[in-house]
Amino acid sequence: MTARKLAKDRFFAEAEMMETFSEVSQINETQWKADDPLKIVGKPVSRVDGYDKVSGTATYTVDIHLPHITYAATLRSPHPHALITGIDTSAAEKAAGVLAVISHKNTPEIPWYEGSTFLFDKHLRYVGDEIACVAAESQAQAEQALRLIKVDYQLLPHVINPHKALKKDAPKLYETGNLYEGKANEYKRGDVEKGFKEADVVLEETFTTQVAVHNPAEVHASVVEWDGDRLTVWDSTQAIFNSRDSVAEALKMPAVKVRVIKKYMGGGFGSKLEGGKYTVMAALLAKKIGRPVKIVLSRKEVNLAMGNRPDSTQTLKIGAKKDGTLTAVSHHQVGSSGAHNQGAGCSWPVRTLYQCDNIKVEEYSAFINAGRNRAFRAPGHVQAMFALEGIMDDMAEKLGMDPIQFRLKNDAAMDQNFNLKYTSKKLRDAYEQGAAAFGWNKRRAPGADSGPIKRGMGMASQIWWGGGGPPAYATLKLNRDSSVQVICGTQDIGTGTYTFITQIAAEILEIPMEKVSVILGDTAVCPYAPLSGGSLTAPSVSPAVHDAAMQMKQKLLSGAAAILELPEDQLVYSQGVISAKSDPTKKIDINQLIGKMRERVLVVTGARNANKPGYIVNTFGAQFAEVEVNTMTGRVKVLRVTAAHDIGRVLNPKTMKNQMYGGITQGISFALMEQRVMDENTGKMVNPNLHEYKIPTIRDIPAIDVIIVSEADPLISNTGVKGTGEPALIPTAAAIANAVYNALGVRIKSLPITPDKVLAALSQNKKNSGAAS
Amino acid sequence: MSNNNNPSDLSRRKFIRGIGAGVVGGAVLPGALRPAVKKEPEAPPHSDKTAINLKVNGKAVRALVESSATLVQLLREQLFLTSPKVMCNHGECGACTVLLNGKAVYSCHMLAVDAEGADVVTVEGLMTGEKLHPLQEAFIEHDGLQCGFCTPGQVMAAQALLLKYKKPSAQQVKDGMSGNLCRCGAYPNILAAVMAAADNGGEG
Repeated sequence: MTARKLAKDRFFAEAEMMETFSEVSQINETQWKADDPLKIVGKPVSRVDGYDKVSGTATYTVDIHLPHITYAATLRSPHPHALITGIDTSAAEKAAGVLAVISHKNTPEIPWYEGSTFLFDKHLRYVGDEIACVAAESQAQAEQALRLIKVDYQLLPHVINPHKALKKDAPKLYETGNLYEGKANEYKRGDVEKGFKEADVVLEETFTTQVAVHNPAEVHASVVEWDGDRLTVWDSTQAIFNSRDSVAEALKMPAVKVRVIKKYMGGGFGSKLEGGKYTVMAALLAKKIGRPVKIVLSRKEVNLAMGNRPDSTQTLKIGAKKDGTLTAVSHHQVGSSGAHNQGAGCSWPVRTLYQCDNIKVEEYSAFINAGRNRAFRAPGHVQAMFALEGIMDDMAEKLGMDPIQFRLKNDAAMDQNFNLKYTSKKLRDAYEQGAAAFGWNKRRAPGADSGPIKRGMGMASQIWWGGGGPPAYATLKLNRDSSVQVICGTQDIGTGTYTFITQIAAEILEIPMEKVSVILGDTAVCPYAPLSGGSLTAPSVSPAVHDAAMQMKQKLLSGAAAILELPEDQLVYSQGVISAKSDPTKKIDINQLIGKMRERVLVVTGARNANKPGYIVNTFGAQFAEVEVNTMTGRVKVLRVTAAHDIGRVLNPKTMKNQMYGGITQGISFALMEQRVMDENTGKMVNPNLHEYKIPTIRDIPAIDVIIVSEADPLISNTGVKGTGEPALIPTAAAIANAVYNALGVRIKSLPITPDKVLAALSQNKKNSGAAS
Repeated sequence: MSNNNNPSDLSRRKFIRGIGAGVVGGAVLPGALRPAVKKEPEAPPHSDKTAINLKVNGKAVRALVESSATLVQLLREQLFLTSPKVMCNHGECGACTVLLNGKAVYSCHMLAVDAEGADVVTVEGLMTGEKLHPLQEAFIEHDGLQCGFCTPGQVMAAQALLLKYKKPSAQQVKDGMSGNLCRCGAYPNILAAVMAAADNGGEG
């Protein structure tokens, strides 16, 4: 009965190539065709968890309350670089309400961040590094006790700037130096020197992007409770199995003894993909005191210690022939790892977006005395696209070509990194349909308005993986009343996972959506499904749910065949009733059938199929932006955005559009507003809050037009779905920057494009043109 | 060498105590009599509670609150109304927005004792039993949310807006809702939801 096998597969998750051997589904003939008339899937149904979220009944980790609960707070390093020479927690331990204090003095050395540090390390490498953790009867008491911990520090010199960190005489974070992995990450194909020689025009420019902090609405938080040697963790996480394994490994427990539960979580954007130190600290404290512990980080702690998008300094050199053919591209890039192991490279789009035989990239990731970076919605691509699409526009102008015409000239027929064909690529359609809807033909020469307020139009392309892959499983249970439960170890992080799973089960089993109940985010009860990141949830999980529902239908048909004594192919399933094709009076419904089988619940588990060998799955798109720049104040206003995307089949246009809005909103923010500001002298972040760390409000967001140019991709899976989350964000900042150039005729090569940079660029331009005349 | 004791925090606490004492009409609190500065400061006891009376979601509530407690702490931790969310705890984001005497306030940004006598409504209070208010329905219909964490605050800010303007313009909605951050970026749908609720006469 098992239609499965173990298969080797390769796909991308968060910019990392995964090679897996997974049990995969073999049922391919049940695939939905692009033009199948579906009744529920593909329709703009409202999200099924909407009621919980608007009524306040949705329970997030920070809302969990348990009997006898206690509260934890963390002492963090006030210094960017120091050694702890002494710590005295005795006053804190005696303080009112305090139940336990842990630090390196009474805690084993638990390796963290790939062994570059410990849970509590005497070597503190950034402002925010963990020193001690206190559990108390109340949050206020825990926080108050932190002030009573006396720490002696030996201060060390620090370095915040990645370029300075890579210099020979820089203060070292590690004995081995500040270069992550001790070397640059390099990639080459062809011969760039030869390529540049063949070029008629060569351009070289340097672009920089800022450090951005995820700042999800819900801060990082865990509630932990021991029951004997078993630990239950409620965690605000994008990956329950990562969280589980991280805790089990740290505490040297069998994974099965750790149960991680996540029902609702208030956003992550990549910052909640890995297990947190805070969860382990809470578990250690809870064990000591024999009571549950709740640990909720402050907004400041999130800003300091829970990850960020690394900065980038990118020197891009491209060569092109007069007809627009790219002959060579080189990309030299420096970014910040932060204080612990993590790459900060961003060269992927440079290697893959355009057809070019001669490519060379070098990525340098530097350790600095600041919080370690983490994957942040389309890690790398957002930074690189700003630089790549900027220099592409400049080259198009040099060659006297329209930006889209120049891009189409260099359209990549296949993935040149692996020599693999794309399962589908509708980038051309995205350019064409996006341009038409936007009115791209109305774009004028750069700096056409006389001012002081100048308008401009820009566009940029999108490439990302987002194909997902195995392993991903979904268990489907059918009850006699034809109600269905789908259980899957994925998580809904606000993207609509509960909803599309409901839609798929309801569609295939032809039952109302109200009869479907979905359980996600519980390692103790759910079959495995991947982390919610990399735009791979829907493309990985939807096929498993589809497979499970088809298996259930098959089970019902074979049961009915035995009972009705008819061959299966003589039967037809419709809305929970199986009847003979020839004689509709010969029928049996789900209730009767399961009754006859003497079962209460029928159970099947569906699996994601393997990706097709010889192909790679990518998402594509193009976004267009119109901006208005006030040349007196330097302020940039985005007037409208048109987004045209190839994302395979859309399961739910309502939630899909919302995700597009969200990505574009974060793109506008990255282009114009948000940035981590560090004081180089003190090594402190000066804006670790939502007041000075600027993110958009409803007033900053213009009209957004979303166009989907794709339909189901038959080469991916039975659902033909690709991901949406990251594609939505990748081109936005680049399109806005190009529009600002088009408005001003002056290119700003540094994000965010804040008023000071606009005014400085304008005045520099005036000086230059004054000197020239 | 470093010492983490923060004198400014002690003085803030003293200040907060002072306010608390003022609200209960000069009642003598044990905490207020302690010397303000000690050589080795200890965590002060948190027993200095004040009785307050207010109305929450239409019901009379009498609560003993610590004088340093914020309104959102009272709602979440004592009354277990967890819809107002703490996202920044500094009056920067609006996730804790509730109605106070018909106006939107950040409940993290005011002391619980200052809500004495007030009429407080959270998103739970908009409902009739388990039935959603038309404004809440509009947020679902127009998908004015993603992760949902900021949503109760968004709904309450919208409710305050609709109490002020029966037929707000798009600009009025944007202005009225601009104190509520949504990191997921559901803003276009939030705008659509509030406009639709207004069109349906979404009164309070």
